[in-house]
Amino acid sequence: MSFELLINALIAGVLLGGFYAAVTVGVSISFGILDIVNIAHPAFIILGSYIAYIVNQTLGIDPILTAILALPAFYLLGSMIYQVYYASFEKRGQDSLRGLAFFFGLLFVTEVMLILVFGVDYRYVQAAYIDKTWHFGFADIPFRMLVPCVISLLMLGLLQLYLSRTFTGRAIMAVSQDQLALRLMSADPARIKRIAFSISIATAAIAGAFLIVIQPVEPSVGREYIGRVFAICVLGGLQSLPGTVIAAMLLGILESVTATFYGPSWAPAVSFGVLLLTLAFRPAGLLGR
Amino acid sequence: MRSLVFYIVSILVGAALFGFARWLGNDYLFFAGYTVLQFIVLATAWNILGGYCGYVNFGSAAFFAAGAYSSVALHKLAAGIDRYVPESLAGLAHTILPLPIPVLIVIGGIVAGLIGLGTGYLTLRLRGAFFAIATLALAVVLQTLIVNWDFVGGSRGAYIIRPSEVPIIGSYIQYLFLIMLVLSILAIIAARAIEQSRLGYGFATIRDDETAAEACGVPTLRLKLIATTLSGALMGMAGAPFPYYIGYLEPGSAFGLAYTVNSIAMPMIGGTTSWVGPLVGALLLGTLQQIATVTISSAVNLLIVGLLLVGFVIVAPKGIVGLVQDFMRERGPEGSEPTWRTRLATFANMRPGAR
Repeated sequence: MSFELLINALIAGVLLGGFYAAVTVGVSISFGILDIVNIAHPAFIILGSYIAYIVNQTLGIDPILTAILALPAFYLLGSMIYQVYYASFEKRGQDSLRGLAFFFGLLFVTEVMLILVFGVDYRYVQAAYIDKTWHFGFADIPFRMLVPCVISLLMLGLLQLYLSRTFTGRAIMAVSQDQLALRLMSADPARIKRIAFSISIATAAIAGAFLIVIQPVEPSVGREYIGRVFAICVLGGLQSLPGTVIAAMLLGILESVTATFYGPSWAPAVSFGVLLLTLAFRPAGLLGR
Repeated sequence: MRSLVFYIVSILVGAALFGFARWLGNDYLFFAGYTVLQFIVLATAWNILGGYCGYVNFGSAAFFAAGAYSSVALHKLAAGIDRYVPESLAGLAHTILPLPIPVLIVIGGIVAGLIGLGTGYLTLRLRGAFFAIATLALAVVLQTLIVNWDFVGGSRGAYIIRPSEVPIIGSYIQYLFLIMLVLSILAIIAARAIEQSRLGYGFATIRDDETAAEACGVPTLRLKLIATTLSGALMGMAGAPFPYYIGYLEPGSAFGLAYTVNSIAMPMIGGTTSWVGPLVGALLLGTLQQIATVTISSAVNLLIVGLLLVGFVIVAPKGIVGLVQDFMRERGPEGSEPTWRTRLATFANMRPGAR
């Protein structure tokens, strides 16, 4: 009996991990690669959830399809935010303290705006696959977890290809290491950073759609993801996307096992424990150098 | 000598404030005033670490709640003392129980200070951003622990029945107001003392350039740990009387995001480099919010705080104090602003513990 529970917890953990990878990849790019501590990322994810919700309610379009259609809008939003961040903090060379406060303010303003517009009720979406489940013997695979997991891994694979194969992608990987060398390759560091940051915000649209497919959403849900996202990002070694996926799976499994055997109210504590232990014993992360 | 004058003036201002509030005799004034004073303590506490050292703490609510919940735990312990200790000791226990609020404040401060020390010890050896992120996560985890801890009420919350009268002062809310007033004066005096001491110069070298400070022999880790502990302890002290003020404490209100946002926004808007900034910011924003909560709604007033924070960070990075200073400098003779080098020199030349 408890063996079956364990297997189900492991499956749920892996599926959850796939979703966490999509949530974290934006932070892996902004914090890990660009060194921009974007703690407002979860708020943009919730924004993505609400956009998927509105379109799903009014037009009946699939939430994940909506997110893909909303990618350009989120890319533009990311560009604008980076432009403000660059002009006010990076250029003046005081990005650490005030940059953090800036993103914290953004997080807070986004959340309060969503509360003012939509209230604090839980919202959910409808799609054909949400209520379906595959049964293999005693193991259950719910589609509302499987679909986000598969698409998320696909998205991370594409991003990894982009970062390792294209010129712009490689420039993004290099921008935080040596800006002068980048200039010598005739690439403008500010432009490269803007592109990368915009991509990171764009992933929030997709992650938001996943989130509202998986669970009902209200504006303050995002806060639970801050600790989680950074725990995964640090554990994964900050700038490595494969590391992000592995760390996300690991945390997903840990949380799911904890929830199964100790009760779901303890699950949020797992990420903090992981974060603190990683910072204390292996700050370079699993795949870090 | 200047310090003595400062102490006397701040005590006189406090006494005048309390006397004036009593003369008006409106209990609502004490309720609202308590909140503003609480924010003065929180903002000053945040600024010791955030403003002086340049390390951002996003977990103010966690430290605040740690203080509040240590009071709840002691209150519950006192209420059920007969069940926990043998009868012979219970009589002795009843003579000191229930613990007076100043004692609870000290205990809350110790608890929150230890949490600050622990978090700092695990994360401060790394880049600054990690500390900020760890404090963010700390709030979530402490809340999880409290929600799962039935002794202090769990997610249902805990009722604290407070006495309606206290000797000498009379109404209980006036008593709480007075305690918070004393605490805020103490916090400001402490912040000012730190600023002008060797400790403060050490903090400033960390804020300006940590690597260089470390290379010049400033014991950065030890200084940062002192700052996190002091800052956390002050936040816990602000939280300790809170259960008696609110009467019913549940995790959602103790860990409210409003505390975190305000304790960052107030110093940022006021100005982070001196003790004046948090005071100005807290008085301004605290009063504004009290008015906005009554006249508009509490969600809108939080939105105002958020927008002000973002706006000030972008447009006026030095806050109101900085704006005023710039204005004065344009008028008056060229002032000599201390540079990193002079601060380091002051730090090195002062004997430990010197002013």
